[in-house]
Amino acid sequence: MSFETSVELLRFHNVAYTIYALFIISVVAWFGYNLTRPEKAKSVVRIPFYGYIAFLVAGGVGHHIFTYNTIPWVSEDIMRHEIKPDKTFDIEMADHKFKLPEEKMKIHYGDRVYFNVKSHDLVYGFGLFRQDGSMISQMQVNPGSRNDLLWTFNECGVFDLMSTEYSGPEGNNMIIKDAVEVTGCDKGGKS
Amino acid sequence: MSIVKNLVSGTNFDASSLTALQKVTLRAVVMSFLFYGLAAIEGTLMRVALVNPNIPPIFGSPEHYFSIMTVHPIVGIFGSTYQLVFAAFMFLIPFLTKKPLYSVGLANFVWINITVGTAMAWIAAFIWHYAPLYTLYWPLPADINQFSTLGGIVFIIGVALIMIGTLGFIYNIYATIFARVGVHANKTTKELLISGFGIDGMLNLIYKLMGKPPYSKEPALSLPVVAIFRGTVDTFLDALVILGAGILVLVYLLADASGATWDVHAIDALLYKNFFWWGLDLVADGLVLIYVAGSWYLLATIITGQKLFMENVARAALLLELVVSWMVWSHHLLGDQGQPEMMKLISGEMVTAFELLTQGLALFITLVTLWKARPLKMTMELKYLLGGLVGFGLAVPAAIIQADMGMNRILHNTQWIIGAHVHVALIVGLYMTLYSAVYVLWPMLTNNTRLFSSKLSNAHYWLHLIGGIGMGAFMGMAGLDGMLRRHFYMNGEYHTFMILAAICAIMLVVAWLLFLSNIVLSVGVKGLIGIFLPAEDETATYGIEPQPAVVKTLKK
Repeated sequence: MSFETSVELLRFHNVAYTIYALFIISVVAWFGYNLTRPEKAKSVVRIPFYGYIAFLVAGGVGHHIFTYNTIPWVSEDIMRHEIKPDKTFDIEMADHKFKLPEEKMKIHYGDRVYFNVKSHDLVYGFGLFRQDGSMISQMQVNPGSRNDLLWTFNECGVFDLMSTEYSGPEGNNMIIKDAVEVTGCDKGGKS
Repeated sequence: MSIVKNLVSGTNFDASSLTALQKVTLRAVVMSFLFYGLAAIEGTLMRVALVNPNIPPIFGSPEHYFSIMTVHPIVGIFGSTYQLVFAAFMFLIPFLTKKPLYSVGLANFVWINITVGTAMAWIAAFIWHYAPLYTLYWPLPADINQFSTLGGIVFIIGVALIMIGTLGFIYNIYATIFARVGVHANKTTKELLISGFGIDGMLNLIYKLMGKPPYSKEPALSLPVVAIFRGTVDTFLDALVILGAGILVLVYLLADASGATWDVHAIDALLYKNFFWWGLDLVADGLVLIYVAGSWYLLATIITGQKLFMENVARAALLLELVVSWMVWSHHLLGDQGQPEMMKLISGEMVTAFELLTQGLALFITLVTLWKARPLKMTMELKYLLGGLVGFGLAVPAAIIQADMGMNRILHNTQWIIGAHVHVALIVGLYMTLYSAVYVLWPMLTNNTRLFSSKLSNAHYWLHLIGGIGMGAFMGMAGLDGMLRRHFYMNGEYHTFMILAAICAIMLVVAWLLFLSNIVLSVGVKGLIGIFLPAEDETATYGIEPQPAVVKTLKK
């Protein structure tokens, strides 16, 4: 099992968390109902205390092991300085504006792209979004420190660039439509 | 006619019969629920503005929208939650330890400081549109190109007053706990410290495993007091950090006002973020979780009238939380690429995951304590307690999910964080627990005043529960679709989810109005005024007969 894009991951996450939410609400509702009944409720399942503790620990730690093995950008992110990118874009941010190296950043499907972003004044965000508003990826952009994102584009399309961090009311307009274009899906990739 | 009579005089409330301790507690409670209403209205305005940006008073202005967003958490967290929690604990510590509160005067100082401080922060945003948000990411709060210097100074002084009030609360709590009077007359400071940190519970567990008799059969402090003691450590550290950040901002703003130009980049933005989040996270992952666990234990024992299940484990879990809450702040910095990867992995992911364990344990212990006491009557306090358990049952796993390097890349700063996690934790988890405490403490604080209407109480409960979960869920769904939390969308983006979230937000405001009406019609306007008049009875204890010698001395 592996999630190639954030869309697949978010769809999975949406279903899994909705099921969990309905489960926990139902459990407490069942619990509350049976608290008031004079007759003893039949146990649906008997959970030993240490089994419950083991489940919590396994859940907390296992979640990270699961995502490390199924989300490709986790290991890529940790090892990004050891990986040679196919393309690099140096971007600057100042006065609530992006300064891009070219008007439209053109990328080929499957390319590993290194975004190196520098802020000259405030804390900003760097986020790529699909036309339907869903997020592809993002990072924070702090002045005075390294802000680099390595991303493999496993989907084609034209994407918007937006600051994902609040930098004052003036930052509300920090959007560049169609800033990134990924092509090449018809040649062996997805369409 | 009856309603008019209730509005004026209440049911059977008599403010003149209240002691100084009861009055100071109720003063803070009144201010807390007024600030809650203000925060609820502000939140609803923002939610409705995401459906129709031109609604008054926002009128499509990002300056006004973000000003509201800046003060909304200040009013909600400090003006309301802090006040309510501090009031409850300054009443409960004397009640549980059977000792007088160290100082009623200091308790008055606390609520007045927090009230004035919150009002000043609100005024700074309302008049000068000072809007760096509660995160205060450096150097934004000192950005005089965007914000008024005077507005910033008023805002920071307001926050500083809140923190000074907080320090007053901390002093009052510890001075009361460590006072060698009553049941603690023969206890040493060491014994009280060992009990306060939950070390005796941990030693009892270890001794049991080793086949030895327990370290302490009768712990010096009861479990809810341990939770308050332990959570207050985080409250103290958090107050120091916020005060420190405030002083830094204030120094830069005063320098600007005096005509000097200081380089804001002398302060490293990422280092500042680490410092600030370490402190701020002690509110979210430290004192809230610990105070809530303590409140659950107390409520469960009061509601059932029985001992807490697995008390030693609960004490030991509070000790474990000491390590956890101080080491989890990096989960706020998983999107910061300059943050060392090991800190992201250890602090941001692994230690944070232990919150699932500590909060899961608290949930388990509370549920089993209730279960063992069946059958129980479904009272308002029990209903709210179950609601609080649902809230954290939903919000804590939501937090663990996002505190992951893979998930955070696409969830950070989205509506998922602030909706499915923060607002469900606060509105459903925390507030329903606090409402449960209000219903438990109501007869003690008001000398058995009859509530005006149980129907209003029930309507408040369901509107609050459904509105809180619903708003969090719809905001969360919008977040999964990419909607950011700190952006003013003005072109109908994520419209369906925003309409549904706004409806739920309105339900929350209606719920608050019903609750407020019920309280006002129970105590009456005369009673409300009476709460703020000086107490004739200066007693600073509750439930002790006869009064300890120290109280009698104080009364002389």
